[in-house]
Amino acid sequence: MAATAQTVAQVRDLGKYKHGWETEIEMETAPKGLNEDIVRFISARKDEPDWMLDWRLKAYRHWLTMTEPTWAMVDYPAIDFQDIYYYAAPKNTEGPKSLDEVDPELLRTYEKLGIPLKEQEVLAGVQGAPKVAVDAVFDSVSVATTFKKELESHGVIFCSISEALQNHPELVRKYLGTVVPYTDNFYATLNSAVFSDGSFVYIPPGVHCPMELSTYFRINAKDTGQFERTLIIADEGSYVSYLEGCTAPMRDENQLHAAVVELVTLKDAEIKYSTVQNWYPGDETGKGGIYNFVTKRGACRGDDSKIRWTQVETGSAITWKYPSCILQGDNSVGEFYSVAIANNAQQADTGTKMIHLGRNTRSRIISKGISAGRACNTYRGLVRMGSKALNGRNFTQCDSLLIGDRCGAHTVPYIESRNRTAKVEHEATTSRIGEDQLFYCRQRGIGEEDAVALIVNGFCKEVLQELPMEFAVEAQKLVGISLEGSVG
Amino acid sequence: MLEVENLHATVDGRGILNGLDLAVGPGEVHAVMGPNGSGKSTLSYVLSGRDGYEVTEGSVRFRGADLLALEPEERAAAGLFLAFQYPVEIPGVTNMTFLKHAVNGLRVQRGEEELDAMQFLKLVRQKAKALGMSDDMLKRAVNVGFSGGEKKRNEILQMAVLEPAFAVLDETDSGLDIDALKIVADGVNALRGPGRSMLVITHYQRLLDYIVPDRVHVLAGGRIAQSGGKELALRLESEGYAAFADKAAA
Repeated sequence: MAATAQTVAQVRDLGKYKHGWETEIEMETAPKGLNEDIVRFISARKDEPDWMLDWRLKAYRHWLTMTEPTWAMVDYPAIDFQDIYYYAAPKNTEGPKSLDEVDPELLRTYEKLGIPLKEQEVLAGVQGAPKVAVDAVFDSVSVATTFKKELESHGVIFCSISEALQNHPELVRKYLGTVVPYTDNFYATLNSAVFSDGSFVYIPPGVHCPMELSTYFRINAKDTGQFERTLIIADEGSYVSYLEGCTAPMRDENQLHAAVVELVTLKDAEIKYSTVQNWYPGDETGKGGIYNFVTKRGACRGDDSKIRWTQVETGSAITWKYPSCILQGDNSVGEFYSVAIANNAQQADTGTKMIHLGRNTRSRIISKGISAGRACNTYRGLVRMGSKALNGRNFTQCDSLLIGDRCGAHTVPYIESRNRTAKVEHEATTSRIGEDQLFYCRQRGIGEEDAVALIVNGFCKEVLQELPMEFAVEAQKLVGISLEGSVG
Repeated sequence: MLEVENLHATVDGRGILNGLDLAVGPGEVHAVMGPNGSGKSTLSYVLSGRDGYEVTEGSVRFRGADLLALEPEERAAAGLFLAFQYPVEIPGVTNMTFLKHAVNGLRVQRGEEELDAMQFLKLVRQKAKALGMSDDMLKRAVNVGFSGGEKKRNEILQMAVLEPAFAVLDETDSGLDIDALKIVADGVNALRGPGRSMLVITHYQRLLDYIVPDRVHVLAGGRIAQSGGKELALRLESEGYAAFADKAAA
């Protein structure tokens, strides 16, 4: 069945935002608002080592001195940071020893999302389907991680960051905050103070991770901020492909999501990090939706290492994120592939930073922005060639596609070069979805919405093909769903 | 099959078609010839339902239904196909994907089961082979980087796969050299049959050497100025359109 036909069917069956339901589950929350006691509460709740609490408190105290950034091309009412719950956890889920101990309601939640948490179900799935290990984060805590044993046999550590703090504190301490320091920016600093959970991955030297790793984030509780922290370390000569997905119920209030992701690749290592972001975008009028203020950064520490970010951003009321690469090692490579779709009243300000420090470092940026409805979509990117980045190379291509006549697309590239041997190329296009293309499709029997999905998928192809196969299909469908109602 | 009566149409408020009458029976191939600006392309867009082409008077019945009441994709599902004068490029979408969406889009509208990947592949391969087209062309993005001849052949391939009851070929010969013209004409002729009618819109007579029509109509001033057999095309070639233009104006 044609992917887009499926899309249309899904939209019909499930309403506009198919993950908009809410799970009734008993929650434990910290009191609303933020102060040192809340930071201490979170740390104590997780039984963290003292150094971790100290780090959180330093971050909190620093955060008090900071102000919210206003340079992004997004517009929203002031956030009352005292009106947010900073910790919400499903009851009865502290440290499930096995999947059998996980609240069945939670398992059903993930089943409904199409995320299998029972390994036997994954194994009983389609013959030949690749295995994917999943870490499921529900509101503030990780509720389950699958395929742990099999991964352990390869020496791969894949668990929640809370668990990592218990079982591998030395690794966490060595790398946490080394890519995104606690002083980095307003939201990253807030995250450093109050982060609740997230995923931790360590791939030992020379290991090619035997399956895709994936974290699935779900915000469920009301008025709750989600502050997850992900740390992935690929040791020398190792490889891992990691995917994150996210959804939230439909609510009239805006919810804050301020995550931090840190990646580290040592010599000859490679991390492929893919995101399919489908947080609730708000309704047609702009009411509700997630504020997605995220800091993602990777450091290519070792020579010949590589980090590739691929993102498909279709959700959130506001997206503010710039997955970046610091190319420290000689010959290291950073890549950024992005599709950002903004429909209705959504606002997206997204892009990347490629910081070239080592010699012969290369980076590639392919950004596809699609705006529809009254949405505003901005690409913001920085390419910096340091004085020692001899023969550094960057290629950037930013394409914007407009649907309708009330949306906006902006491209804001910053280029800084401090040496004469570096080469930076930037190409940009802005086009409108063609009436002639739509008519051509319709004349052949393809309905209007299906035609839009087809044309936009074609526009994004270069990026979508970078996603792991099993998620590429999902992403294609999502593109269709996100643009539903954007024509006619 | 197709009955056009007293058709008036405007583009940007300008009258282009001014009382056009035309009837095409099942299995017939009619040619519409005319000078530039006589309304040839407007006729093809009005029949296929393009936005911006407004019908102000008259009717079009297609297989018994009111064609003008249908959306473009519904007209396609009713069996109408337009081979475009300027086929449109769709970057990033392969011919194969495009055709699959088209085939299944039509099938869904007709209440038929969609073809699965295997059935579809078999169908397209068979049609492409019959037209002497390579698999490579199926994997390329729709019309992107295609030569003029390839684009027109691609239109014919789409027609072969979609199997319309009525095909409008809008200046399919434009921009083709003689070899490409022959290839395209062979493709069209292979699709002729008792159940399929065609309206061949062209500026020049030479296409009609290869696609021999049952009837020829001269379009001038937005209406049919004269109709006749295939010999009319030859007369036009020697006498030019001027006489007909005068007649239409009179």
